[in-house]
Amino acid sequence: MLPKAKLWLALTVAAVSMFSTNLQAAWDLNMPQGVTQISRETYDLHMQILWWCVAIGVIVFGVMLWSIINHRKSKGAVSATFHESTKVEIVWTIIPFIILILMAIPATRVLTQAYDSSESDLDIQVIGYQWRWEYRYLRQDSLEEEVSFFSSLSTPREQISNELPKDETYLLEVDNPLVIPINKKVRFLVTSNDVIHAWWVPDFAVKKDAIPGFINEIWAIVEEPGVYRGQCAELCGLEHGFMPIVVHAVPQDEYDAWYAGRQEQAVAAQAMSNSAITRDDAMAQGEAIYNRTCLACHQAGGVGLAPAFPALAGSSVVNGDLTANIELLLNGVPGTAMAAYARQLNPVELASTLTYIRNAFGNSTGDLVQPADVNAILEAQ
Amino acid sequence: MSAAHDDHHHGPAKGITRWLFTTNHKDIGSLYLWFSFAMFLLGGTFAMVIRAELFQPGLQLVEPNFFNQMTTMHGLIMVFGAVMPAFVGLANWMIPMMIGAPDMALPRMNNWSFWILPFAFAMLSSTLLMDGGAPNFGWTFYAPLSTTYAPASVTFFIFAVHIMGASSIMGSINIIATILNMRAPGMTLMKMPLFVWTWLITAYLLIAVMPVLAGVVTMMLFDIHFGTSFFNAAGGGDPVLFQHVFWFFGHPEVYIMILPAFGVVSAIIPTFARKRLFGYDSMVYATASIAFLSFIVWAHHMFTVGMPIAGELFFMYATMLIAVPTGVKVFNWVATMFRGSMTFETPMLFAIAFVVLFTMGGFTGLMLAITPADFQYHDTYFVVAHFHYVLVPGAVFSIMAATYYWLPKWTGYMYDERLGKLHFWLSFVGVNVLFFPQHFLGLAGMPRRIPDYALQFADFNWISSIGGFLFGASQLILLVVVIKCVKGGKKATAQVWEGAQGLEWTVESPAPYHTFTTPPDPKLIHAQ
Ligand code: HEC
Ligand SMILES: [Cu+2]
Repeated sequence: MLPKAKLWLALTVAAVSMFSTNLQAAWDLNMPQGVTQISRETYDLHMQILWWCVAIGVIVFGVMLWSIINHRKSKGAVSATFHESTKVEIVWTIIPFIILILMAIPATRVLTQAYDSSESDLDIQVIGYQWRWEYRYLRQDSLEEEVSFFSSLSTPREQISNELPKDETYLLEVDNPLVIPINKKVRFLVTSNDVIHAWWVPDFAVKKDAIPGFINEIWAIVEEPGVYRGQCAELCGLEHGFMPIVVHAVPQDEYDAWYAGRQEQAVAAQAMSNSAITRDDAMAQGEAIYNRTCLACHQAGGVGLAPAFPALAGSSVVNGDLTANIELLLNGVPGTAMAAYARQLNPVELASTLTYIRNAFGNSTGDLVQPADVNAILEAQ
Repeated sequence: MSAAHDDHHHGPAKGITRWLFTTNHKDIGSLYLWFSFAMFLLGGTFAMVIRAELFQPGLQLVEPNFFNQMTTMHGLIMVFGAVMPAFVGLANWMIPMMIGAPDMALPRMNNWSFWILPFAFAMLSSTLLMDGGAPNFGWTFYAPLSTTYAPASVTFFIFAVHIMGASSIMGSINIIATILNMRAPGMTLMKMPLFVWTWLITAYLLIAVMPVLAGVVTMMLFDIHFGTSFFNAAGGGDPVLFQHVFWFFGHPEVYIMILPAFGVVSAIIPTFARKRLFGYDSMVYATASIAFLSFIVWAHHMFTVGMPIAGELFFMYATMLIAVPTGVKVFNWVATMFRGSMTFETPMLFAIAFVVLFTMGGFTGLMLAITPADFQYHDTYFVVAHFHYVLVPGAVFSIMAATYYWLPKWTGYMYDERLGKLHFWLSFVGVNVLFFPQHFLGLAGMPRRIPDYALQFADFNWISSIGGFLFGASQLILLVVVIKCVKGGKKATAQVWEGAQGLEWTVESPAPYHTFTTPPDPKLIHAQ
């Protein structure tokens, strides 16, 4: 090849590849093949059915188009008089039926595999909340929980309201991603704390409804390390569009190190959970938690969204008896959207949030709530 | 007939009382059709809000809560306010004329079943102005989002649904009574036009499932106000039960919205192909099979709730089976066109678009039936694209086709063909630009019912929105066409279309206020 032609070729290839990587994300046309055996088989199944449909479509629409072009009155077409044929009807009943059987066989096979969640290496309970996920890692022997944390959207509100430019992973970023080891059968036990949600990671071809009172099982063996993103797929209220799922699949040793770190953190948090905090720390942490957790309902500035979600600014509860306020936050208000936060936040976080709401939005109780105050009530219950 | 001397008796009353007290099937048909068009515009406005918010990533126009109200109200109004009443309107107008009956069997009930509808929808729409806003839990109103977590207006929603259900049940009783009792001598069941057949079957579906809908909303009402726990897990109830009951209504409901469309298309294609409908008998049997199957496939809407595998397989196989009778219908329409002598007036254009685009919705329906693949499609824009393909260029196009087809019979004038074609082409392009990219969005992972989305969904969303605005705006042309046609135009003949067959084309245009007060000559009744 001439050097010049070579150069051109290289340039073209570079340009094309640049173009396609740039556009790839924006012009995704098809289901991802994913990173599990089930996800690839699901993809193949999807393509197989799609091609059947395309083939049938080409034939049927082809005949139709041909008739439209040739059998038009303006071309002098005279209509035929035939109007029934049992033979033809039988043929076009039987042939689709056979095609359906050809589709049903692989579909049944893939479904049977996907439903076999036995013999897992790791069990993680996935719990939907309005509007975040909780992940609880269960011990293999006793199914008791060892490590657990909440995973909430971390895209800044200013990006959603168009005040800041949007990140590449806009709306698909969380504070605490789920971490799982690769090449291990991870079983997810999916349930919900309030309304129905659905836990979905397209790359695993795994989607299951999180239903209060039910525990649904799904599983995945992820074959490639990476970051995989999904979203809640069942309408669950106000912030349904804002509860993403992020999974980090890592090699076993990395997973082990991460898990050990989490265990240590849990112990440390336990130890910290009674020590005093300063007003500044409490206000800063409280504000962050409020914006992440309470803002959707009680709104910026604590003004609420009448009449469903009361204002916290000037609220008699927030400005009234501290014990009552702590109890409300710990237990929620049953039968309403106000959830119990005793589990969702730790004592330090609870105390900071209380300090914050009791001294922000024009509320001025002057209270500095300590984790010990919260613990006292928690223990009393 | 001495028309002159009993004019005062047989003509319509004057003024508003004509419409309030009418028992005339044609008047009531017109009321239904106008009402449905008004709801179509209202539901369409909500859709425009949705598409405008989704034009770009980020929240621009509305809050998430209001967005959810828009998706909910759009769905409810389009299904219960636009599509269903439109078909009832067509049934009222056409069924008596097609079977040679003087009117509907139960004319006073007919008046009542229409006139409660405006109240139901006024009540439903008024929730938008209430404290806490309108229902925001989706048109499928899954519990407990629609019970424990619902806005206070849910009670009005429940009551509105009760009224709509009562209206539908009365309407269907009337249709069944009319078809079974009032056919002219010689109009045997197997000579009835397919529109009559499909409506007969649809009416039975309605009577079977509307009480189920009423039941499920009543259970909600009790959960909300009277302390029961049907759907409340904390009280020992079962949120999945809600979905089973809802979809036991909901799946037949989608056939309620499409079977009459099959009837319309089966009337129009033979007319403009100037050739008898191919496989009339098989069309009747296929309709009946689809209706039967519609009762045993409901849980394909619930593949991800965690049913046992036996349940998943049963509902997958049953759902796939629906493709067989549906295929038979499509093949029959194509065979009718094959070696016909076709012309392409507006009704035919809409009917052909129906066959193609409805079939595409059928293909994606088949894909959705495949349970493992459905795990990926479920609750994404792929589903949104699928059901909009069967409902918009499906059901809605068939209603438009029917309107253009019978408009000369209703008004006595030909509509403006140029405007009609313009309406068709803009709608056709608009609807595809609107919904086709949504397949890609769904496959790429965009969940439905979200007010904001990740950046990789941005491009197809703005394209879809542009298509939405185009489609929405084009519908105003239909309004212009209809008003022009009511006011005047070229006089229509009794036959109207060269290839038209059937009793409705034997009466003059516009159809007199009372038709077939004496039965038609049996010789006029031909095999279909
Ligand atoms: C899902 C929506 C939602 C979220 C998120 C939420 N709340 Fe609430 N909250 C409510 C509702 C609804 C009520 C009213 C309950 C009732 O009817 O008494 C309420 C009531 C309250 C009250 C009592 C107000 C009064 O005057 O009665 C306080 C205090 C409160 N919430 C604090 C919080 C805090 C702190 C957070 C974040 C950690 C939070 N809420 C998160 C919905 C929510
Ligand atoms: Cu959710």
